[in-house]
Amino acid sequence: MIVVLLFYFLALITVLGALVTAFSKNIVHSAFGLMASMVGVAGLYGYMSADFLAIVQLIVYVGGIVVLILFAVMFTGDIREVKSSNKTVNLLWATPFIAALIGIIIGAEGKVNFVSKTTKLHNTPTTKMIGDSLLSDYVLPFEVVSVLLLAVLLGAVHVARKYKTDER
Amino acid sequence: MSAIGLNHFLILATTLFGLGIFIISTRKNVIAILMGIELVLNSANINFVAFSRYSNGNIDGHIFSIFVIILAAAETVVGMAIVLMLFRRYKHVNATDLDNLKQ
Repeated sequence: MIVVLLFYFLALITVLGALVTAFSKNIVHSAFGLMASMVGVAGLYGYMSADFLAIVQLIVYVGGIVVLILFAVMFTGDIREVKSSNKTVNLLWATPFIAALIGIIIGAEGKVNFVSKTTKLHNTPTTKMIGDSLLSDYVLPFEVVSVLLLAVLLGAVHVARKYKTDER
Repeated sequence: MSAIGLNHFLILATTLFGLGIFIISTRKNVIAILMGIELVLNSANINFVAFSRYSNGNIDGHIFSIFVIILAAAETVVGMAIVLMLFRRYKHVNATDLDNLKQ
């Protein structure tokens, strides 16, 4: 019973944060709604006994990406003018379209009969298994992703670099 | 209330996905659009981990989620660099006003 309530609590945090992100007039409020949503998703990972992923989600998303988005919001100015900072367009067309999209996908998911192999929670920590997988079956993607991170590091520095005026 | 099954997680992830697409299609601000992309990626992650949790002890979904998180971080960093450059050049970050190629 308490487990079921916990799921609905976490789902409520996640969806409410996403709703604030979608409908807030102020973009700083949108960023904090995104942060609440990410915390809810981290809790859901914990609920699904994915302990390593829950911590990674907290560190990378809440501690990294949302803070980076807040930095960008602060850098790009005129956040005090609410009207211009977070405008919405096409609201009239997007709302029924997105509602129909969600309805169709949920209906399709209800039709498919997924066979659950297990209903009990795995209580073993996942960190050891993830480490074993990353260095055996998934070692090639692991290395490729390290190259990607290096490329992103260099590319972001190059793109955001301050150009001299005569270089333009 | 019955026990929480796979469908609960799928419906939650679908809701997050829809809200993310909604944000991407309605916001003008480039940073808000990036927030929508984060929501979409997170809904995919929830699906991966949920399918992994309801299989028999398979860990592959977790690995996919880790790679998705890495790619999301990389995408955000590059996106923010592009946003800063856009703001430096155009003094605004409205996606609908960036139509130089149309002129």
